[in-house]
Amino acid sequence: MSNAVAHADEHAHAAHHPALQHHFDTMAQQKEAAVVGMWVFLLTEILFFGGLFAAYMVYRIWYFDAFAEASRSLSLFWGGLNTAVLIGSSLTMAMAVRCAQTNKRTATVNWLVLTMVLGTVFLGVKVIEYADKFEHHHVPGYNFQWAAHEAPAAGEHAPAALAASEGAAAAEGHRELSLNADQLQLTTQIYFSLYFTMTGLHALHMIIGIGIMLVITWMAYKGRFDEEYYTPVEMAGLYWHFVDIVWIFLFPLLYLVERHV
Amino acid sequence: MSGHVSPISLYLTIFMALMVLTGVTVFAAFVDLGQFNFLVAMIIAGFKASLVIWYFMHVKYQSKLTKLTVATGLFFLVILLGLFLVDYGSKALTGMPPLLN
Repeated sequence: MSNAVAHADEHAHAAHHPALQHHFDTMAQQKEAAVVGMWVFLLTEILFFGGLFAAYMVYRIWYFDAFAEASRSLSLFWGGLNTAVLIGSSLTMAMAVRCAQTNKRTATVNWLVLTMVLGTVFLGVKVIEYADKFEHHHVPGYNFQWAAHEAPAAGEHAPAALAASEGAAAAEGHRELSLNADQLQLTTQIYFSLYFTMTGLHALHMIIGIGIMLVITWMAYKGRFDEEYYTPVEMAGLYWHFVDIVWIFLFPLLYLVERHV
Repeated sequence: MSGHVSPISLYLTIFMALMVLTGVTVFAAFVDLGQFNFLVAMIIAGFKASLVIWYFMHVKYQSKLTKLTVATGLFFLVILLGLFLVDYGSKALTGMPPLLN
């Protein structure tokens, strides 16, 4: 009798997937716990970025003209390119998870590497954009200088050098602005403070995401995953897609405030 | 076997939809819709985010508990943004915005 129980116990244990932790009954239960836990973490992230979005909303309503002017100084080309790159990296991430689900070890590794490459391309473009901001004195602080239109991205004609000092109404001939030059100098800094905070935090998330992916790629390479256990790949995917979603909102909010004038 | 495996064609479709919607966002930004420019941009972004959440993040195939967790987060985001704006919107009599006075 006791022998039979011991045998059954041993048999049950041998049937376990090696990745199943002892405090879970089944692989499905273990995965469910991970998914819910990851989402709870992502909710804190949503509210974390949500606070910044709230601040953005208030300042945008207050100083709309400053936001519109400053937003036009961003490059639509780089912003659009980065949006496409990030959406592409979400696709490659989804493919990586899919390959892990279907036991394709090499393909999983390849898709993960491609995702990291695309993430790095995004960060590289961000470096170009940031460098441009430094060059044009568009970094908030001591050396900030809002001279209405040094280098509009969309290839607009050369600005009259005096336009800025003549006051807001002269600015590019778009339309009458509600802010004079001094107010623009002050309020465009608020826009760029938010720009650097939001894109900076987003970029930090991407760097962390790439760091996570390095580990996951190594684990995948070592053959730790199979169709029963690929939770780490999926969790890294959730994180990466979340970062993508943040950018999906950042792009229109920062680059497309008012482009039609 | 745990977890739903989506067909590759679905992922490609979602990817294409996201790319097209990005183009639509940029295009819409160059059309003068007055106050509605912002609304249109946010609706498109919200739709794109929903596609990512529903298909790329597999929420469609998750348990009710997971779906409820996601919904809870969005609910609190709406509270955060909504009450924040109502609060600031009601300060019209107290000299807002500050820098322009």
